[in-house]
Amino acid sequence: MWFLCVFYHRLLDFRKPEVEALAELFGEEDSPLQWRLPEHHHNDTPFHFVQLSSEEIAQNIAKRSILVKGMYELWGEGTCYEELKDSIERFPDSRKLPFLTSDSTFKISVETFGKALTFDEQRERIHSLTYIPFEGKVNLKKPDHNFFLMEMDESEESNGLPPIVQRRIFFGREVGFADRKLLPTFQLKSRTYLGPTAMDAEMAFLMANQAKAASGKLVYDPFVGTGSILVSAARFGAMTMGADIDIRVVRDGRGPDCNVWSNFKQYGLPSPVALLRMDNNVPPWRSGLKEIFDAIICDPPYGVRAGGRKSGGRKILRGTVDPYTVPEDKRTGHIPSTGAYSLVECVHDLLHLAARMLVMKGRLVFFFPVLRDESGSEVKFPEHPCFKLVAVSEQILSSRYSRVLLTMVKVEPYSEKIEEAARLMHLEFRENHLKWLEEGNIHSSVFKPTDSSQIHTEAKTFKDPKPKYRGKYV
Amino acid sequence: MRLITHNMLSCNIKGVTNGFPLKIEAEKVIEKEVDFNPDFLKHMFAKIEWKALVEAARAMGYGELPEDSPDVAVIESADETFLKKLHHALLEIHLEEGALVCPETGRKFPVNKGIPNMLLHEDEV
Repeated sequence: MWFLCVFYHRLLDFRKPEVEALAELFGEEDSPLQWRLPEHHHNDTPFHFVQLSSEEIAQNIAKRSILVKGMYELWGEGTCYEELKDSIERFPDSRKLPFLTSDSTFKISVETFGKALTFDEQRERIHSLTYIPFEGKVNLKKPDHNFFLMEMDESEESNGLPPIVQRRIFFGREVGFADRKLLPTFQLKSRTYLGPTAMDAEMAFLMANQAKAASGKLVYDPFVGTGSILVSAARFGAMTMGADIDIRVVRDGRGPDCNVWSNFKQYGLPSPVALLRMDNNVPPWRSGLKEIFDAIICDPPYGVRAGGRKSGGRKILRGTVDPYTVPEDKRTGHIPSTGAYSLVECVHDLLHLAARMLVMKGRLVFFFPVLRDESGSEVKFPEHPCFKLVAVSEQILSSRYSRVLLTMVKVEPYSEKIEEAARLMHLEFRENHLKWLEEGNIHSSVFKPTDSSQIHTEAKTFKDPKPKYRGKYV
Repeated sequence: MRLITHNMLSCNIKGVTNGFPLKIEAEKVIEKEVDFNPDFLKHMFAKIEWKALVEAARAMGYGELPEDSPDVAVIESADETFLKKLHHALLEIHLEEGALVCPETGRKFPVNKGIPNMLLHEDEV
């Protein structure tokens, strides 16, 4: 069954992966999903067609999603109202009549993309639909059936969006829509305990959806911080567990009513199953423990807003002083020093952890930074033989860098043999990211002042190969 | 810290081979009611080191768990008596203050405000 899937015009790269992940969660067997674009539309249009095996799945996806404005059963489409009429009349009566009966109520809404219609124009368009034999009563507050007339004009290239060649009109019956009421409830400004890198609510929910968080599942965040990602997973019913190397964050927070626990309590969500202080570089999991988490979701510290830390003092790691032995009488209450934890190492440990601790088909969802000025060269993402990369969604943060949400699915069980293959893959990755090994390099690439002489010479010759409109607004 | 966590952790000081299970030194144990989720418990049951859980529960003052790990049939049966006990042991008993002690070296990992501090000292990595 084809459905018209209309998206919010935001986070463009995240939209289809969200629907794909949710389709899997709600038992869609047809995988990968089939997508189709309306005629003359480009990939960034809000209008897409998606094939799903039942209306129930379409409804479940829409309800749970953050970026789906609505899923519709398409009754007709065209480039003008005459074409729309023909198209709707050709749509089989057997599919229309059950929703037009006299004992039902209905509502027709007009939606436009890229233009606004006056009330009179809307009414005129609704009244032009009299050829559809509506028998039921109009109910604007709580109708049984919601119909949508959607219109998108032809347009010049605007805001960097490619031009639309032809006007397109759709008419359809709503099957489901996103519950974006979640967002104001969970927005960060109402959160009691916040850190500098707390994940905003919309993104956190998208991450939880990519991870297919659901009741009965255990979701782990190894860089939990204030718990902003786990809160969203808990909202979808998952059990949560988090770890952090900074004990002040996980244990103390800002007092008894302002800490990670209180962030869950605030929304009436069950507390995390566990919060731990540990180092992902030397994790304390017992040997033999494996395949326990259903998903691992995290935003690793990659040194732009916060840097990673690991056990062992900076000087020891650099080899400038001999290993330090803690005197016996100072062992209790000793605060171990930590050293920098490079992104490359951090990603290696994360993949290793996930390979071992995720159940089969479990998902690893994490952000990875990309410097945008590396034009031309294809970005290399970390790889692991246990994992298949299923979604890559870019969020542009500045002209210098963006972050990419990677979703990986565990397809191979972990074994020692695989570990060797993983090591080789990692060495190759490391080779490709040598400059990221050193502390502060990413930070300075992102924040370095622009060289003014460069602007003058480059402005003429250098054209940004990546579209700019995928900025923070979309 | 709940016992589900205890069941997952070991002492990972360099060179330690028998860092599991960590002995519990309980100073303050509290109980909190948690929603019963059979699916989650069934999923977890397969991953649990049973003997370690029984001992840990006892150290926390809960002795209702059977000595030997029950059959999978017990887990799947309609009678939820066992699952309820497992639920209580895994999720409802918290070690609020105390320590986890490495069985091999005696190193104490402190537990404050319910958070186990598993970070190693410089000379233990």
